[in-house]
Amino acid sequence: MRSVTPSPFRPAKSVDQTILKENRKLVESIERRAFLRGTLSLGALTMLTGCDVTNKDATQSVLRAMSAWNDRVQAFLFSPTRLAREYPASKVMRPPRFNAFYGREMVKDVDPAAWKLELAGMIGDKRPWALRDIHALPEVTQRTRHVCVEGWDYIGEWTGVPLKLFLERVGADMTAKYVGFKCIDGYSGSIDMASALHPQTQLTTKYGGDVLHKDFGFPIRLRVATKLGFKSPKQIVAMEVTNSYPGGYWENRRYNWFSGI
Amino acid sequence: MRRSGMERTNLLLTTSEERLAMASVSIAPVQRQKKIQPLIVRITHWINAVAMFIMIGSGWRIFNDSPLFPFIFHPDITLGGDVQLSFEKWQDSGMGGALQWHFAGMWLLVLNGLVYFAYNFATGRFRMKLLPVTLTGLLGDIGDALRFKLAHDDLSVYNHVQKLLYIGVLTLGVLVVLSGLAIWKPVQLWWLTDLFYGFQGARWVHFFCMTGFVLFLIVHVALAVLVPRTIVSMITGNAPPAHAPKERE
Repeated sequence: MRSVTPSPFRPAKSVDQTILKENRKLVESIERRAFLRGTLSLGALTMLTGCDVTNKDATQSVLRAMSAWNDRVQAFLFSPTRLAREYPASKVMRPPRFNAFYGREMVKDVDPAAWKLELAGMIGDKRPWALRDIHALPEVTQRTRHVCVEGWDYIGEWTGVPLKLFLERVGADMTAKYVGFKCIDGYSGSIDMASALHPQTQLTTKYGGDVLHKDFGFPIRLRVATKLGFKSPKQIVAMEVTNSYPGGYWENRRYNWFSGI
Repeated sequence: MRRSGMERTNLLLTTSEERLAMASVSIAPVQRQKKIQPLIVRITHWINAVAMFIMIGSGWRIFNDSPLFPFIFHPDITLGGDVQLSFEKWQDSGMGGALQWHFAGMWLLVLNGLVYFAYNFATGRFRMKLLPVTLTGLLGDIGDALRFKLAHDDLSVYNHVQKLLYIGVLTLGVLVVLSGLAIWKPVQLWWLTDLFYGFQGARWVHFFCMTGFVLFLIVHVALAVLVPRTIVSMITGNAPPAHAPKERE
């Protein structure tokens, strides 16, 4: 028993506990029932509102493990030779649909003369590239479907140097796991090497035959026809070939990393 | 089939006391001991309930990011995390959480569904329980239902309306997975996406399958609550008798 200090707010004699002691069994059973019911309804309520179950650490570790498993399944499903379907020029959407993690008015201007593509990681020749040097590389054009994780899509026409060719040119280690990108607006992304070497993965400089508009990635963006739209970063300023997982803007916000289509 | 048809006619003809007596006769002790719902069916049913909850809840949140129709689901009834908390933790509305749930839940739904379908096809339970469905049977059962005379005494026998609804919802289950795959992999599984009339077509089918599930769930849950013995049978495998036979107690 805890010693009780005298207080003017407390009665001198404590309450008679006999009735409680006599009926302890009954009281406990009522409490237990109420507790069970309470837990059940609380559980149901949490499930109903979805409130914070998702953001619990335990839930996140399970969901992250599942997402990593899905990365492996998708890498297995991915065929390095299967091409995304090509469409006629008449189906191309001009201008394409704008999408970023900020509003259109926030898109940064880029000075093409000052712009450079920095290279890092497992690359033989890490000298930065000027825009005109990238323009001088062989170009291919693709008219493919852009699919957004949100559910919308459109057919676009992208022209640029195949990433595989660029990686060869700079002497990248093709056995590395990842190719990562950093953008002028703080966006970032990374893809697996198999997808990087896919014939429809390119460093894009033109859309619909015209120089890329800044809203759609000027001066260069990545275009991966075999992945969701957010896997193709725009306004790239740096590229890295690496074996350590680089993550990415949305990937760090728990979007699935592989996101192949 | 003929038996249940006869039973129905008898029920229409007899008085309520006679009907009570009949019901007690029809539930023979042997029949009462028999499991109405096999263990595999009960386990897969409840796993499916959880999987459906995950898939519909997270699907609604994903839908909200780019609504196919001019409405959204209130975030509080979706699965993906509290909006405010998600912003604080991830600078994201909860789409990330919803995607995680959806792509995790799909494994639960599909693997559990495969076990269920394999069991039911292999044992012939589908054919036994769900076939045949006839138009006359349907009309008869609908008529009985409207006059509140539909028999539920034997839970192991489905009426024609039930059969049709179960066949329908099972078909939706197959369709929702196929359209989901078509949305997930429109390049790798392009032929599947083509079957659904393209990427957006697959989205429509996926959405209407969900709508079908929700409508089914409303009826399914309401009827289960009205005939609670069905819930007991889906947990223990046995159903307590519809009418406690007085003479045996």
